[in-house]
Amino acid sequence: MSWLARNWPHILDLVRQHLELAGVPLLAGLLLSVPLGWLANRSVAARGLLLSVSGVLYTIPSLALLVVLPAVIGTKILNPVNVMVALTVYTIALLVRSVTDALGSVPTHVVSAADAMGFRPLRRFLTVELPLAVPVVVAGLRVAAVSNISLVSVGALIGVGGLGELFTDGFQLQFLTPIVVGIVGSVLLALLADAVLLVAGRALTPWERGARRAG
Amino acid sequence: MIEFRAATKRFDDGTVAVNELTLTVEPGGITMFVGPSGCGKTTSLRMVNRMVEPTSGTVLVGGRDVRESPRAVLRRGIGYVIQQTGLFPHRTVLDNIATVPLLSGWPRRRARGRAAELLDLVGLPAELGRRYPAQLSGGQQQRVGVARALAADPPVLLMDEPFSAVDPVVRADLQDELLRLQQELDKTILFVTHDIDEAIKLGDRVAVFRTGGVLAQYDEPAALLGRPADDFVASFVGRDRGYRALGFLPAKGVPVGEVATVRLGGSVAAARDALRDGWAVVVDEARRPVGWVSASRLSGVDGEAAVSDELVESGGSLYEVDSPGGRAGSLRGALDAALSSPSARGVAVDADGAVVGSVTAHDVLRALADARQAGEVPS
Repeated sequence: MSWLARNWPHILDLVRQHLELAGVPLLAGLLLSVPLGWLANRSVAARGLLLSVSGVLYTIPSLALLVVLPAVIGTKILNPVNVMVALTVYTIALLVRSVTDALGSVPTHVVSAADAMGFRPLRRFLTVELPLAVPVVVAGLRVAAVSNISLVSVGALIGVGGLGELFTDGFQLQFLTPIVVGIVGSVLLALLADAVLLVAGRALTPWERGARRAG
Repeated sequence: MIEFRAATKRFDDGTVAVNELTLTVEPGGITMFVGPSGCGKTTSLRMVNRMVEPTSGTVLVGGRDVRESPRAVLRRGIGYVIQQTGLFPHRTVLDNIATVPLLSGWPRRRARGRAAELLDLVGLPAELGRRYPAQLSGGQQQRVGVARALAADPPVLLMDEPFSAVDPVVRADLQDELLRLQQELDKTILFVTHDIDEAIKLGDRVAVFRTGGVLAQYDEPAALLGRPADDFVASFVGRDRGYRALGFLPAKGVPVGEVATVRLGGSVAAARDALRDGWAVVVDEARRPVGWVSASRLSGVDGEAAVSDELVESGGSLYEVDSPGGRAGSLRGALDAALSSPSARGVAVDADGAVVGSVTAHDVLRALADARQAGEVPS
């Protein structure tokens, strides 16, 4: 307990770093997945390619990716950008499928009604298809957020790992407390992120509540 | 108003959905496209707003080739209603209705104001405007679909089986509502259905399609029933077409005879005196028919007793003598009233529903024969 009190500012700093390392890739991954999902939803060939590539990407061991990335993108080995890029890759791997499924789940008659009303394609995508895709995308986003938060810790092995650094410190010092704090902290962050996304998803889709009430 | 000129749609696999369709839809009025599935009726409809592009031939709206305008612009000028409503689940009813005005760049306030007017026009209460489509019944959703199609006041309305997914009672309501709206708005409506009864009820003109996208007959409903072009049309139009054709003949030649009436709650003795050929119509205080009483029902009942519901036999359909639209006041209406009445006399009522007399099947048939002789009936 006294260790916790003494190291509180350091821990808070690690929490902030952890959130940044997990959150930035989540956002970047989402922004990149939307156009990719749009593409996958438009052409069968693109769909096959994107879904299989993203499936393969997710199977790359995270540690291997972190070690190889600096050579690929030309960064220094201790640069936090490595972790962010790696996690963005994983986020995309998870979200491309979600976004594709989400866009595919928008009822055809709604899309075709939008065409018949005189929507141009971009406006139709942004104001009809994307909003209706939110519930399924948010479900994918929750998985990706939890996955990112747990993967950040791996970054500790290359020196940038948020709360994961408490694991490496603890192992080196043969001292259990920081390890426990790191684990509990990661779990709490994951639960918190999941809850925030759940609430945000609900707030973005008021019509779903209406349907639940009526149904 | 809408003109198909040898419009053909051939799909990549070689199937022909629409084969050399040439047909002119006059401005104003409801034109029905009807036929079995796979007859190309929906494909033809979708050529009008370029949801489908013809492989060859042209489609003109208001004298202009539809290909001259960009799709989005063309479509904003053509209302479109579909079976599954296609309402946007994530937008309120009011915003759904305001869709096309907003796309056309109206200020939000004005678009919402217009949407509120339309909600009223299609007979929905204003408070539904704030709800989401999923919170409405099927019939209400379909009304919203119609309101949305009308929002920008387009001269042409395309309707693709809009009422087939609702139950028969609601469907009949929606059909009557459409006829009422059409009287008020006078749009050029192109309406696709697979239901010949709906086509005959709503259509000013009906185009019957056969499988393979060939137009079999394009005519007024009465002519379709009276003179089907071939066996296909005759069998598609279905049974009882001779009888149903009577629905398009005004019953003006049918004499309305007198009928005995008794008040519900009046004395049985008075009712016995009033009977004519053993029957009398029981009416309420507004002279609206409640049913019939017969000599056999009244026999053995105390004369002091009142004519109560237990003594009343339920009546048949009513023949409305002068109804607006003139559809109820048809030979069919008169004949059905006579045939469905327990006394063999059909009850004739005025527009308020009050009894004015009675008609017999014999009178109806004689009027039909007279009209035929005078050449008023196309045969």
